[in-house]
Amino acid sequence: MTSPRGVSKQWLITLPSLAWLGVFFVIPAVLIVVTAFRPPDLQGGVGSGWTTETLQVLRDPAYLPIVWRTAWLSGLTTLVCLALALPVSFQIARVGTRMRQFLLLLVVIPFLSNFLIRVFAWKSLLHPEGPLTKLLIALHLVSEDAMLLNNLGAVLLVLIYTQLPFAILPLYAAAEKFDFSLLDAARDLGAGPWRSFSKVFVPGVRRGLISAAVMVFVSSLGQYVIPQMIGGASDEMLGSKIAQRVFSDRNLPHASALAAALMLAVLVPMLIVTMWQRFGRKEAAS
Amino acid sequence: MRRSWFPALLTAVVIAFLFAPLVVLVTNSFNASRFGGEWEGFTWNWYEKLWAADEVWESVWVTLKIALSASLASMALGTLAAYALHRFRSWLQSVHSVLITLPLVMPDILMGMSLLALFILSGIETGLLTIWIAHVTFCLSFVTMVVLGRLQDFDFTLIDAARDLGATRKQAVIKVLLPLLLPGVLAGGLLAFTLSIDDYVITFFVSGPGTTTLPLRVASMMKTSRSLPVINALSTLLIASTFLLAALSFRLQRRA
Repeated sequence: MTSPRGVSKQWLITLPSLAWLGVFFVIPAVLIVVTAFRPPDLQGGVGSGWTTETLQVLRDPAYLPIVWRTAWLSGLTTLVCLALALPVSFQIARVGTRMRQFLLLLVVIPFLSNFLIRVFAWKSLLHPEGPLTKLLIALHLVSEDAMLLNNLGAVLLVLIYTQLPFAILPLYAAAEKFDFSLLDAARDLGAGPWRSFSKVFVPGVRRGLISAAVMVFVSSLGQYVIPQMIGGASDEMLGSKIAQRVFSDRNLPHASALAAALMLAVLVPMLIVTMWQRFGRKEAAS
Repeated sequence: MRRSWFPALLTAVVIAFLFAPLVVLVTNSFNASRFGGEWEGFTWNWYEKLWAADEVWESVWVTLKIALSASLASMALGTLAAYALHRFRSWLQSVHSVLITLPLVMPDILMGMSLLALFILSGIETGLLTIWIAHVTFCLSFVTMVVLGRLQDFDFTLIDAARDLGATRKQAVIKVLLPLLLPGVLAGGLLAFTLSIDDYVITFFVSGPGTTTLPLRVASMMKTSRSLPVINALSTLLIASTFLLAALSFRLQRRA
């Protein structure tokens, strides 16, 4: 690989994807940060000159509850998804091959069905005239005038629904490599099912747990379709504000400032995890 | 050894939870009731309405055109990228690997928003081309990952064997590597195709007037309550095709 010919061949093979992602992924991301320092123009574009005025807008106290809501909704979604995905991936990994493939297919199919349609399905499921409301009223679990839709609980529910496969798939990938005889050993040594699950299985799939957590958390942070369709007017997330600034207010710099903040919120947890995993690996090696 | 029944029960509940909304959609698409609260008898009515909705079929056509061309382009780019990542170990591939991974975790809204900024600032009119570019960008990483998984299982001594038997490097790649890699490439392409058909958020940002893909059409139909049962019918057809595509991709990936 050190010969000049090897190097040039490597470049030739790498260049197409590298250039594509450079132009359509890296440059746009940098542009967002740059645009946050530019003044808006009336046509929905970007004016000339430089300004830090847009950044001042971010300090508007009205954003604080939205940022806070986005953070705790994403955090709670991550926790619930992990709590559900751990036993599910445990189960999928220990059944026979045919059953395992079948269960995986069952997890993947709803995940591959159109996202918008799944959110729409929840909307009709939770609708005041919908089947779930009627069922719960018939069971006397909710009152006649209950509103299942247009509140934060509904947003949380649908967030969990759409993010759950993001948690199950990486956890399953880790659980598949887990040596299940360790569990038998733990049981032989007197550990109960819960103890052997939490003290042996969970640490054993730690890496999958971390990537599942990052996937779900990061993807939840950027949601805007769910709060818009399922939530009420006061249930906006950061993503809703970005879309609103782009399409209703046509203020690209303002939207960019918000998007840059979101990008920071996405990159920081990923960086921490990468560093932590590097460090963890070194620790394990020594 | 006695196994706890709890994980099995929870798995069943979770799968029921994942399918519940889909079942409701499919059932309601045959329900004469407009709002689907109660069963008011079987009907094909919504499918007939869907059949007559020309604007829907027009957007199906737009969607298919984009999905097909975007998955072909990302198959080519992704296969090359996977080969480079697998074959070489260098600082260049470290950078390459980070660049391939990042789009997988970038929230859709940021990707859509940043591409829109690029197109506005460089004066490119949004439309079919910009949607295609966006779709190739987010499909590329997924295809690379699928093909890379295939390459890791590939027995490279087969290439040496072909070379020993007198094949040139080029022949070995074209006649040995590519055919064996093909199921992986096709599975990656199918995934890209599904992702492209599915995408709403990114497409919403980079689409222009006159280029309405199917998800964009569905979103605008949702605003009028008259067309809600038609969406159920459309959703049922889409779910059915997802089933077919998933089963196909499943078979491709399993074939050794």
